[in-house]
Amino acid sequence: MEKLKCECGHVNPQGTVLCESCGKPIEGNQSIDGNDEHVLLNMRYEGSARRSNTYNRSIIDKTWTFFSSVKVGVIFIAIALAASAIGTIFPQRLHIPIDAPSRNPEIFYEAQYGIIGKIYYQLGFHDLYSSWWYLIVIALIGISLVICSLDRFLPLHRALKLQRPKRNKTFLSRQRLYSETENVSRDDMNQVKDKLKGLRYNIREEDGHIFAEKGRFSRWGPYVNHIGLIIILIAAILRTTPMFYLDDYLWIREGQQLTVPGTDNQFQIENKKFTLETYGQSEEDLKFKEAIEKQDELIAKNYQTDVVIYEVDGDAVTGDEDAVKEYKEAAIRMNQPVKFGGYTMYQSGYQEEYSTMSFKLYDVDDPKEEAIGTFTFDLLNSSDTIFEFDNGYSVEVVEYLPDFYFEDNLPKQKSNYPRNPGFVFAVYPPGEEETEVSFAAIGINFDPNTADSSSDKTNQYKLGIVDLDTHYVSGLSVRRDYTLPLFGLGALIFMIGVIQGMYWHHRRIWLHPENSQLLLAAHTNKNWYGVKKDIEKAIDGTSIEMVFDQQELEDQLKEKKKEDTKEEKTEK
Amino acid sequence: MDFAYISEIALYIAFILYLIATFFFGASIRDKHTSKVEGGRSKEAIIGIWITQIGFISQLVYFVFRWIASGHAPLSNMFEFVTFFGMSMVLAFIILYYIYRLPVIGLFALPIAMIVIAYASMFPSELAPLVASLQSHWLYIHVSTVSIGNAILGISFVTGLIYLIRQIDQTRRSKRTTWLEVIIFALFLTVGFIVITTGFNIAGYNATFNYQQNGNMLTTHYHLPAIAGPNKGELVTEDVMEPLFEAPSWMLGSDAGRKFNTVIWSFLVGAVLYGIARLILRKRIGAAIQPLLKKANPDLLDEVTYRSVAIGFPVFTLGGLIFAAIWAQIAWDRFWGWDPKEVWALITFFFYAVFLHLRLSRGWHGEKSAWLAVGGFAIIMFNIIVVNLVLAGLHSYA
Ligand code: HEM
Repeated sequence: MEKLKCECGHVNPQGTVLCESCGKPIEGNQSIDGNDEHVLLNMRYEGSARRSNTYNRSIIDKTWTFFSSVKVGVIFIAIALAASAIGTIFPQRLHIPIDAPSRNPEIFYEAQYGIIGKIYYQLGFHDLYSSWWYLIVIALIGISLVICSLDRFLPLHRALKLQRPKRNKTFLSRQRLYSETENVSRDDMNQVKDKLKGLRYNIREEDGHIFAEKGRFSRWGPYVNHIGLIIILIAAILRTTPMFYLDDYLWIREGQQLTVPGTDNQFQIENKKFTLETYGQSEEDLKFKEAIEKQDELIAKNYQTDVVIYEVDGDAVTGDEDAVKEYKEAAIRMNQPVKFGGYTMYQSGYQEEYSTMSFKLYDVDDPKEEAIGTFTFDLLNSSDTIFEFDNGYSVEVVEYLPDFYFEDNLPKQKSNYPRNPGFVFAVYPPGEEETEVSFAAIGINFDPNTADSSSDKTNQYKLGIVDLDTHYVSGLSVRRDYTLPLFGLGALIFMIGVIQGMYWHHRRIWLHPENSQLLLAAHTNKNWYGVKKDIEKAIDGTSIEMVFDQQELEDQLKEKKKEDTKEEKTEK
Repeated sequence: MDFAYISEIALYIAFILYLIATFFFGASIRDKHTSKVEGGRSKEAIIGIWITQIGFISQLVYFVFRWIASGHAPLSNMFEFVTFFGMSMVLAFIILYYIYRLPVIGLFALPIAMIVIAYASMFPSELAPLVASLQSHWLYIHVSTVSIGNAILGISFVTGLIYLIRQIDQTRRSKRTTWLEVIIFALFLTVGFIVITTGFNIAGYNATFNYQQNGNMLTTHYHLPAIAGPNKGELVTEDVMEPLFEAPSWMLGSDAGRKFNTVIWSFLVGAVLYGIARLILRKRIGAAIQPLLKKANPDLLDEVTYRSVAIGFPVFTLGGLIFAAIWAQIAWDRFWGWDPKEVWALITFFFYAVFLHLRLSRGWHGEKSAWLAVGGFAIIMFNIIVVNLVLAGLHSYA
């Protein structure tokens, strides 16, 4: 491979723009960083030789060059940005409101948002963030991130390591901050040196040339933060595997003891008590009176499940009582999950359910509705279905629907939890052959004969609810997420990298005696204002000229160019 | 002593002090000062920054006393959150003032912070209890960090806007002058909202509607005359204006009709105010302000824009993504759930990442950066206002 030898004696790799050692622009390579069209040198990567700018023959070269372009990276990020925004126009599938008439996405989007909603659904935007193309965009950002960083980090590192205090004159005069002063005394030079030392610059000297540098480590900030991002992406990939991420849910009644799902029978949980508190019940809530009254609904103050966790000895025979040992007693509250054996359980929902219901049987013609007999039905353990009274009457629960709803005028089962129980009763009056059938539920008492217009018979007896007991069922989610530490690590490294790169700056100041002149030049990767202040302080009281900001020169040049082309256009 | 009352008074005082400080900053950039620090050491600027700091302390008093009164940090509803955002903007301005000593930033940052605070006070401001899901220290840590991050990024909007007003060629009309007027119009719009809401609030206007949503019968109270009534709504109150039309049915969310009506009013009043200003000035607002900014150094403004993004981006990331994720993990057992608010925080993050990467190449400094800074702030405000009020998710405050 051909190497480039600079006049200072340093041998640079192919593709170098500015000599790694003295900074002299290397002829023939100036268009790579656009230096040929500007007064100022492009110092972004120290004019080092980057693979992407040097080789462009094979497919691999071309792919590398493609992904290492910041422009390409920015376009990927912009696509991710736009796509993310589209995903928030309508609720995602997961966020379809619970009270929506239909939560089936096929129906929901069109019913709610019309034709636009339908298109939204058909394009898959209802599940955008797990769609393959969204994931591909994110993956492309990752690939581009890695290649881009590799392309720049090594050459940049090399150039910063090899730079020497004595720089080429052209390198200095084409820095943004630059000045020339005649006849500077040795004392003045020394003062500047000491002042810069006082400002915590590292000073290096070579043949009377002074080079002051500080904050070089901040240049590695972007690479550190990109590593953090890569770790986060890896964690996100791992999280899609069940090995690393477990997500389960459990409904548990007060008093019940169940195996915690997903734990391979290793843990059981008992719900001792569920508590729901709302605001307005205690003295101290008085100060919120105004706000509470404005709200139509109660404002929840606390959801809490008091639980006991048991550990099961896996080797023991089933049924062995000693195998189940108490492991932990805890209160699970919103914002305060319980942790055990690598699992975390969260308070995530609750339901009120009925536990028992008492009914009375009475005669429809009795204005006092006096009870012929009463009985209590256990909704959780519905083994007793026939109730006989001393006076000869008896009632049978023919059908029990724990959670029903009406469809086409027929009661249908919604779930097995006693949340809205319905009953089909048969009443057997003493001495009569015929039985009466009726349907009862909370707020409903239905005589099937009335639906049958062909018969004019009606029921003589009715069943009314006289008492009911309720209990709470607590919804607990179970999680085990081994990717959390990895996400945490990624986030930490990202933050360190960003702070390193943003809150510190890499500043360099060169003092370069050349014949009777002293050339003063400075460069920083950001915060030019800060480095100017440093220079002001350092040269204060000496004869050295303050640096001139050549950016303005460059701007003027640009303006002029623009005007020239404008004039040309109008002349034509 | 009533803490809540003291807190309220302290907020008023802060607001008035910011107003006074604005005038001092305005005076400090007049032509007669020709020092090279652009008026940074002028007497007016020094008085201005001191008044700003006293105002900030007064607002801190508001914050602390409200905290004592309610028992939780005042960061839990729209009023408290947006007020805090305004306060953070003042803090960010004070910090950047001491780095760059540019009083012209104060001339723009303080009025914008005031608009933000006034906007906040349009929301119900009585002490409110904390729903169960918000009872966590992470609420304070997360919300306050995001807010400060947003505020520092907000300064880049301020300097970007100054840059644009200073630099854009106003001698003839162009796309750029039009867009600049659009930004300025957005500020008028907010003022319009504040003016009309305050006006009808003082008058105690109320029109009650019943309307249907998802098969439920709901009631809503309009405090502005209904131009757009709720969809399928029926006016209950007598002797008030009948709505001219109904809000379209695809507008969902709680109380969509009322919010839509407020937006219409804000547009109308904002347009009237803007129209009056144009009539008085007889030129574009941008063109009218431009001469005042002759002395501002565009390169320095550009640098402040970039610097505030560089400082604000890590703070925002920490608060808006990392702390948010930690809290979500604790409260909702998932650190990320693609909730609209979360997505918009991610969008903000992406946007400023784009900004920082574009700055790496030549040609994106100066005016283009300024436009980007304005765009970024639009995203932030979108997240604070539209996402909270319209794209209601878990975080919905109102
Ligand atoms: C969302 C994803 C990304 C984030 C959050 C991110 C973040 C950052 C940050 C904060 C900086 C420092 C900027 C500064 O100092 O002004 C930076 C620099 C940089 N980023 Fe990224 N980045 C991302 C993606 C990418 C991609 C996809 C590429 C490649 C095309 C890339 C290439 C670079 C380069 C070349 C630098 C400058 C390095 C230097 O100055 O030495 N970044 N990035």
